[in-house]
Amino acid sequence: MITADTVADAAATPDRGQPHEALGLTGTEYASIVGLLGRRPTDAELAIYSVMWSEHCSYKSSRAHLRQFADKAPPTGALLAGIGQNAGVVDVGQGYAVTFKIESHNHPSYVEPFQGAATGVGGIVRDILAMGARPVAVLDALRFGPADAADTRRVLAGVAAGISFYGNCLGLPNIGGELVFDPCYSGNPLVNVLAVGVMRHADLKLARASGTGNKVILFGSLTGPDGIGGASVLASASFGDGAADGAAAGREQAKRPNVQVGDPFMEKLLIECCLELYQAGLVVAIQDLGAAGVACATTELAAGGDVGMTVQLDAVPLRDRNLGPAEILMSESQERMMAIAEPHAIDKFAAICAKWDVPATVIGEVTDTGRLIMTWHGEVVVDLPPASAAEGPRYERPLARPAGQDRLQSDDPARLPRPGLVGSAGGVGAPLRADLLALLSSASAADKTWVTEQYDQHVRGNTILAMPHDAGVLRIDEESGLGVALATDGNGRYCLLDPYAGAQLALAEAYRNVAAAGARPLAVTNCLNFGSPQDPAVMWQFAESVRGLADACAALGVPVTGGNVSFYNQTGAKAIQPTPVVGVLGVLADVRRRLPSGFGAAGETIMLLGSTAAEFGGSLWASVIHGHVGGLPPAVDLAAERRLADVLVAGAAEGLLSAAHDLSDGGLAMALAESCLIGGPGQAGRYGCVVTLPGDPFTCLFSESAARAVVTVRPGAEPEFTRLCAARGVPAIRIGVTGGQALEIAGCFSVPADELSNAYRSTLPAIFG
Amino acid sequence: MTGRIGIVTFPGSLDDVDASRAVARAGGHPVPLWHADRDLRGVDAVILPGGFSYGDYLRCGAIARFAPVMAELIPAARAGLPVLGICNGFQILCEAHLLPGALTRNAGLRFVDREVRIRIEANRTPWTCRYRPGQELTVVLKSGEGAYVADQATLADLAAAGRVVARYCGGDPNGSVDGIAGIASAAGNVVGLMPHPEHAIDSLTGPGTDGLDFFASILSPATA
Repeated sequence: MITADTVADAAATPDRGQPHEALGLTGTEYASIVGLLGRRPTDAELAIYSVMWSEHCSYKSSRAHLRQFADKAPPTGALLAGIGQNAGVVDVGQGYAVTFKIESHNHPSYVEPFQGAATGVGGIVRDILAMGARPVAVLDALRFGPADAADTRRVLAGVAAGISFYGNCLGLPNIGGELVFDPCYSGNPLVNVLAVGVMRHADLKLARASGTGNKVILFGSLTGPDGIGGASVLASASFGDGAADGAAAGREQAKRPNVQVGDPFMEKLLIECCLELYQAGLVVAIQDLGAAGVACATTELAAGGDVGMTVQLDAVPLRDRNLGPAEILMSESQERMMAIAEPHAIDKFAAICAKWDVPATVIGEVTDTGRLIMTWHGEVVVDLPPASAAEGPRYERPLARPAGQDRLQSDDPARLPRPGLVGSAGGVGAPLRADLLALLSSASAADKTWVTEQYDQHVRGNTILAMPHDAGVLRIDEESGLGVALATDGNGRYCLLDPYAGAQLALAEAYRNVAAAGARPLAVTNCLNFGSPQDPAVMWQFAESVRGLADACAALGVPVTGGNVSFYNQTGAKAIQPTPVVGVLGVLADVRRRLPSGFGAAGETIMLLGSTAAEFGGSLWASVIHGHVGGLPPAVDLAAERRLADVLVAGAAEGLLSAAHDLSDGGLAMALAESCLIGGPGQAGRYGCVVTLPGDPFTCLFSESAARAVVTVRPGAEPEFTRLCAARGVPAIRIGVTGGQALEIAGCFSVPADELSNAYRSTLPAIFG
Repeated sequence: MTGRIGIVTFPGSLDDVDASRAVARAGGHPVPLWHADRDLRGVDAVILPGGFSYGDYLRCGAIARFAPVMAELIPAARAGLPVLGICNGFQILCEAHLLPGALTRNAGLRFVDREVRIRIEANRTPWTCRYRPGQELTVVLKSGEGAYVADQATLADLAAAGRVVARYCGGDPNGSVDGIAGIASAAGNVVGLMPHPEHAIDSLTGPGTDGLDFFASILSPATA
């Protein structure tokens, strides 16, 4: 038996040194733990505080800012559970509720791409399950270094395979997300996974222990020595200098034991087991075990219910008998859940777990003492007030606008040479055409099938739209056709230039994508990926992004329901571009009215909605053609976004539109090309188009002005749709018609469908095989 | 024929809900069968659905083959009960030696989810009798270990006896020998199919309705 440092030992040896710094705690934090307890912590208590007070679990640097999401939240009756729960829960009508949340698994996915990404899926799916919902889909927002960099191949191939391995085995369709390449993510890839679940209103579960004498049950996988310190040592620290190069990447391999290993089969059993437990009414409260494992689940369940709890740590079933109490508390072994159940329900609880071959063990009891007391073979090794661990410290980190921000913003892309303005043998058309093909074949804009084909998007039979359409659409009710749409978006270049506006543009794009599918946007989740919060410039980017996002959510009437902050995405002193990734959930009354992003029939009128100005700061064109990131991002007009969404949703619901595609990276040029390439739903086929540009060709094609979309109007519906746009104040102009075998810009250029397709589809296979 | 089609759920089965939906859409009555029960509940036919039974640990289908329900199913199939194994179900049928050959890693070594064209080669099975020989369908292929392999003698036997039920056409998605997408037992009642017809029953959720006739076939009077 492993002997443990007991509370009595701690009282008797007040001066014994403890490795708080190696566990990620500062001297001041350690001193305040001593103050809270009135003695030095035991090793087990130190383990609890070190993981619970880590940046990853405590949000200690971000909470001061995140409160704006609640303070500025728009009035809504749609929220059944919000920030602070495992995931937000939204009323979508007909008695259904949808829960969704996005979370990062960035650091593990760099150190061990396959398992890091796989367990990222597993973790967020358990959050959804813990709310009482059946998980029904995932989306993944991925960012890597340059596509042709050697290390990107290792990381991307591993991440895609890991997501495929875990998500497919769980039977969750992957219905959307992003894939972006930029040198700023070399050594700091972003792996953000959004999961969504569906339940009836009455099924909502919360992580609040209650009922003195109720039992604490740990069920799922056995606890092993994996992922110990994942939350504190790995997720809450920067990588060393130059980790992007091969030699230094080797040093990060030393952190591999901090990455967990996934067993999706056990998680699938856990899902079915939990749903059956819920249905049988046997669960008083439930919490998933993610970052910080048993330490987190016990403290949060107890603190959430404002109760005490006793836990026999030696009752935790182990995969490795050499683990002591501190390691058991910090282990991040996957596929585990903790439930509170009434004593008389334990037998039924155990029977359902046995049916699904899920090990389940009673490890403790709810008490009325208000203390979390843990024993190890009869001796007390933890005795603390749970809220003190669950809440953690709170920092107002210094922030400062970066020294180079003015220079960056004044570096106007207007100075860049434009196609057609320089001399060219082929007239205006040839260089514009060349630029379009360059954008279309750039890694970030090119066809993502190499990755998305590895994901099951069909399982469960409710996927109405998935990649490459603007939003993923899922059917919830087969009778009524009720469904939801989800999209994630983020743009590091925009945020680098102006983090306030950039975060708003990320939200606006996801909101627009959901509306373009015909769904009414309802609620928001976000994953805030930034560098080190100890760098005042990064902290300024963070504060501005949060302020921008909170203001935009208020203006668009969509509340933030939850999310995740990922700091320390930096290597040495070099941080990633600030990258808030925003997920928006929308609802469709009838999924049969959904709008695909591609042209699905010939002879339909194409209309451009919204206003176009010459806006190239942070644009795909400036980035791909000139390697330039400077100036200001496109102007934000949230009132216009709202009006545009109204028109798209009404146009879909009333059957006036047949397709819609939002304008974002690469502007109208990319949108038209994609609409030709994606085609209609099912076997509708692909169609070209003939478009007449309504102004300066370069600006019309490549400007990234926000609040715009292209739509196709059903035959005969043009007058009614035009009236709808006029009534809502949305500029709408007829720019062309679908059909033919080419993307033709009248008087400018034409690209045959095959050439368009080759440019779009050959980039990633050529790099990744 | 009462139209009661059993659908087995193993731990890790995923497309059991989809197979049930397809049976119901075709007019039949899906009957859930549980891996741990040695009971076929008097069904007229059985579908082994897609998924990752027992996590596909050891080898796809290798553990499911020993499930209690299989102890009933294997002799019933040998006695003529119609059985359709889709994807993981096909792998289980091979492991159970109800069908010859094996399914191995895709040629590209990656999972592939793709709409594929297949050509019906044999309609003299209870699962394909509503199709015409040579009829081309669009269905969904989604698997990581879908490359069909068998020794030369087996392949020759399958071809000679008209037991190749479907082949991929318009490109080989996974390296299956002779483009084989599905095969039948010697008696024809047991069919294994790598792509998923149950994901092609509705143009709203799949590539169309081409897959529906697998389920309509088993319910048709000709089969009874």
